[in-house]
Parts: sequence; C-alpha cells; structure tokens
Amino acid sequence: MTRDDGVRSAEEFANELPPRLAVIASRIAVEEKRILDELDRRRVPYHVLDPRTAVFRLDRPKAPWSVALAREVSHHRNLTVARVLEHAGVTVVNSAAAIALCGDKLLTTLTLQAAGLPVPRCLVTATPQAAVDALEDFGYPAVVKPLTGSWGRQVARLTDRDAAEAVLELREALPDPHQRITYVQEYVDKPGRDIRALVFGTEVIGAVYRVSDSWRTNTARDARTLPCPLTPELESLVTATAAAIGPGAYGVDVLEDRDGRLLVNEVNHTPQFRGAAEALDVNLAGRYVDYLVQQMVRN
Amino acid sequence: MATATCPSCESDVALDAASRQHEIVECADCRGELEILSLDPVLLALAPEVEEDWGE
Repeated sequence: MTRDDGVRSAEEFANELPPRLAVIASRIAVEEKRILDELDRRRVPYHVLDPRTAVFRLDRPKAPWSVALAREVSHHRNLTVARVLEHAGVTVVNSAAAIALCGDKLLTTLTLQAAGLPVPRCLVTATPQAAVDALEDFGYPAVVKPLTGSWGRQVARLTDRDAAEAVLELREALPDPHQRITYVQEYVDKPGRDIRALVFGTEVIGAVYRVSDSWRTNTARDARTLPCPLTPELESLVTATAAAIGPGAYGVDVLEDRDGRLLVNEVNHTPQFRGAAEALDVNLAGRYVDYLVQQMVRN
Repeated sequence: MATATCPSCESDVALDAASRQHEIVECADCRGELEILSLDPVLLALAPEVEEDWGE
C-alpha cells in the first residue's frame, strides 16, 4: 500500500516485478491446481509456462525467472524445457538431470543398483527377440516395461515363453527404436498392493499403500490408497533413494516381496499425489510448496 | 459460476469460480475430459489424448 507521504512500499515494488517463479505445465490436473492454489494463498507470484506454446531462442539464453517448477505431463516436453531453462541459469525443481534419470527406467535401475539399494532383478536387451531367449535363464513370471512411461501403460506380465513370444513380437513391430529396447523385471509377488512414498528434499512426507485386485497397482488404474506406516526401514530406503537420484521432490514406488523385503521399483520425478492426499492427513500441496519456496530462498 | 457447452455432447458444463486456464474438467453427461482453453470468454475443448510419454 502507498504510504501517506507518497513513498511506495517494498511490497508494492515487488508486486510490479515479473514473477521469479515459472510453473511448467500444459495440463492443470488436480495436483497442479492445488499447487497453484497454495502459491496464491501464500501470495507467491508465478507464471504458468505452457510447453506446448513456449518458444526458446537459444541465441538469447535468458529467462525472467530464477526458479521453475517442472510439472509438465509429457516427459520429453518436461525434460526439454528444464534443460533449456537450466541453460539460461534457472534452477528447475526437479532438475533436468533428475527428470532424465527418473524418466528412464534403465537409468533409474542402474543408479539405484550402483547405490546398493534393493531393486527387482532386471535384464535389458537391445532387441525383443534377445529377451525371449534370455528369459529362459532369467525365469518366469517376468514383467516387461517401456523405458519411459507411467501409469502402468504398456506394461505386461510374461507368465511363460508363449506369453513372452506374443508380447515381445508386438514390441518388435513398434515404430520407435527406443520402444524395442526391452526392459524386463522379475515379477514380484506382492501382497495385492505397493507403496508410494513422497519425499521432498531429505524429508519423507508420508506413504500410502496402493491396493488393487489387479497386479498393476497404479492409482491411474483405480487402485485405492490407504495410509502406510512410515517404518524406519521404509523411511531410510526412501531417503537413500532420493539421495541416489539427487536433490528433488519424488514419488518413490516400493514393492514388498513375499518375505517382506522392500524393493525400490520406480522413482517419479513429477509425482502425482491425489491418491495419497485422500489417505494422508497432510497438506501435500503445502509441503510441496514449502520445498519449492526453500529452493527459491536459496536462489 | 460460469457455464460452457461441452464440445463433445453439447451439454452445459458448470465451472466453479476457482477454475483455471488449461485445467482439465469432466463433462457430467458424456464423461469426456475437457480442457478449459480460456476463462473469459469460457471456452472448452476436448482434452488432448494421452500420449506415450505422459506420466509422472
């Protein structure tokens, strides 16, 4: 507010400055809406940067923001915008490196394994046919997954050689060579559920069970969420996973095998938390924004 | 509360006051996913189909 003596306040000047924060998103789903609502509530100005229409002149590598929150639903668009903004000096949450790593299941597995973290047994072949032969030794049942993708799409359980030949023959016919790289995991006989844990920075905010009658327990496939106790073992595993990937806000998917052993299945760089928010008594959007604001203060 | 016409089934779709540009809403009649292209005037379009690299 302008003072009586006509001198303008710092807040007034600040309001005229362009926002320091960009939110990279084309699709405003429940999570993005809650995050934007939380930013509004805290009066943190922001600009929504829609990657579908954004243009970046590489000969003018400047951006008006100091921090960007990457919430784009398309992995490749998210990664591209994060890379370009980082090149222009913007701190992106999560970083382009983290997006690239988590967006590729092979890189994720290699990174977690190198950090000594428990992951399902896995094999990778450059052609689907090579996987058919290798599965005899690897063992059935197994699960084939695309390197990039979410929500359980194009994930298939291979119960025996017949199933493997049928599914992998279809993968052989896919047009994109990237899709023919064949990533196979052992099938973990989990107890009708998996665990989604949310970790923002070094803090594990909470965890939920995702319960389903289907072996695919993705919330996008209508799995129900229930609170999952944060045991020291789970908390330590999730914290170590985030440390291996690098600083950021992640959704870590954990499988329990029949012996109760915890295995890190995947790490999500743009975590959805609608299901978790229904089960947990925590303002997840608020905690997400807490983490984001911490990064803004540092920058 | 603003209303707009569903581009798929032509039913009225009610938008709450806190709606945002590019928000995804569902038509109560045809269950189609719609994107709010603009708020003033209110303009809806069919939401883009899920692409292979979409996710989290």
